[in-house]
Amino acid sequence: MSDPIIQIKNVHKFFGKVHALDDVSLDVQQGEVLVIIGPSGSGKSTLLRTINHLETVNSGEIIVDGIQLTHKSTDINAVRAEVGMVFQQFNLFPHLTARQNITLAQRIVRKRSMEEAERTATELLERVGIPEKADSYPGQLSGGQQQRVAIARALAMDPKIMLFDEPTSALDPEMIKEVLEVMLDLANSGMTMLCVTHEMGFARAAARRMVFMDEGKIVEENTPEGLFSAPKSDRTKLFLSNILDR
Amino acid sequence: MAESNQPVSVTGSAPVPWQPARTSRWGHFDRYWLLLIGALIIAAILFFAFPEKYRPIFRYVFGSFADGDGVFMTLRLTAVSFACILLVGMVMGVMRVSHVGILRGISSFYVEIVRGVPVLVWILWIYFGLPVLFRDGLGFKNMRIAGFPAAVVAFTFAFGAYMTEIFRAGIQSIAKGQMEASRSLGMNYLQATRYIILPQAVRVILPPVSNEFVTLLKDSSLVSVLGLEDVTRRGREWVGRTFASFDTYLVVALIYLILTVFFTRVSSAMERRLSVEKR
Repeated sequence: MSDPIIQIKNVHKFFGKVHALDDVSLDVQQGEVLVIIGPSGSGKSTLLRTINHLETVNSGEIIVDGIQLTHKSTDINAVRAEVGMVFQQFNLFPHLTARQNITLAQRIVRKRSMEEAERTATELLERVGIPEKADSYPGQLSGGQQQRVAIARALAMDPKIMLFDEPTSALDPEMIKEVLEVMLDLANSGMTMLCVTHEMGFARAAARRMVFMDEGKIVEENTPEGLFSAPKSDRTKLFLSNILDR
Repeated sequence: MAESNQPVSVTGSAPVPWQPARTSRWGHFDRYWLLLIGALIIAAILFFAFPEKYRPIFRYVFGSFADGDGVFMTLRLTAVSFACILLVGMVMGVMRVSHVGILRGISSFYVEIVRGVPVLVWILWIYFGLPVLFRDGLGFKNMRIAGFPAAVVAFTFAFGAYMTEIFRAGIQSIAKGQMEASRSLGMNYLQATRYIILPQAVRVILPPVSNEFVTLLKDSSLVSVLGLEDVTRRGREWVGRTFASFDTYLVVALIYLILTVFFTRVSSAMERRLSVEKR
């Protein structure tokens, strides 16, 4: 097996006195879909955000696609362009149309021509199912549509890895499905994905591996079936019973 | 849109940038238009009904485009100064929220110093004081500063500090997620500021910025102490000749009122345009 595309080694992260990440180590293979679950404050979002350096770590090593993120000389922007991120609150640019949201970074970071960037935007909006919304502003779109534009915006950079930070948590129930379908389609196309989500249906359908985190530590990891049917730790059992019975 | 994505108000008067304007077309015709029309009518009555008394005052105080005095001095001084103020405010405002400590320090120091000293003192010090420094302190003989550039420098210096604070508040009102989203796409700090943060901040700060413009327009009357022939100075000269204090300063006040109400209307029209485009 080739080197993992993401290697996280013994990472520690403190927010003041809070030990947000406590000796976390994790490898992710190319093409793998990994789902991270855990109670709020368990460090799962923080872990995700260290992978594109939105959070720095206090100690340990993070290697993404062969590049050491923790070295001072590393060009963080170059790494970030290879790692797409989708946020809970979408974070679309409200002063730009859906199309402009998707073309801007292509042009100023990837230095693509306007025609090429627009072609990519059109293709991606079709792929996420809302080509007719190209000229709408984010404020004119539903939450589900906004999140799909946000996914298209991240994909436009041709990332090797996609990070999803609770992508459906801010959505009304009937819009969750349309976003999960786009994510599932992406998973089936072989994208490397790390998802913080409590959508267990998605985890079952897309993930080969699940990680349960609590208090900054990885408590256990297993296949979705293994984790759901035979959780090893009591903490995992309690958490799963809480969210599965919902 | 989720609540945390909403820009926060800077002024307290709560501009809501990504919402359509709530008023109807006729709703824009508010009491400020009436004020402007009222002021214009009073000015017209004085001008046409009292050809001997008021018409010469208007003629003298209003000044002429060819000589660049009166209203034209006031407007030129305000426009040139305001362009410089915007530039200083933007650069210093971006520095004020920078992660580089020294840039933040310079900007904060500037703001604190300038805000503690009256504009009139800056004008006097730069016009009368700086040449002395250059002459006696640094050995430049015959060093003088013309009134107009001295006034522009003084206004830029003094108002730039307030503009810095407006830009800072505007930038900070843009949700943190906007910077994170930009950075996660690989944009560097300057690109994110230029393409994402500032364009949104500008819409948020438009109301306080136009307030500053109107304040500057009025405070430009301070330059009459430098002998620049602005509206106020022309009024004082006319009073010096005729001793018609009440009538002359009435005309001076009317001219300022018409100018400021007019520019207030222009800026609220701009705000509406931006918020409509936006939704």
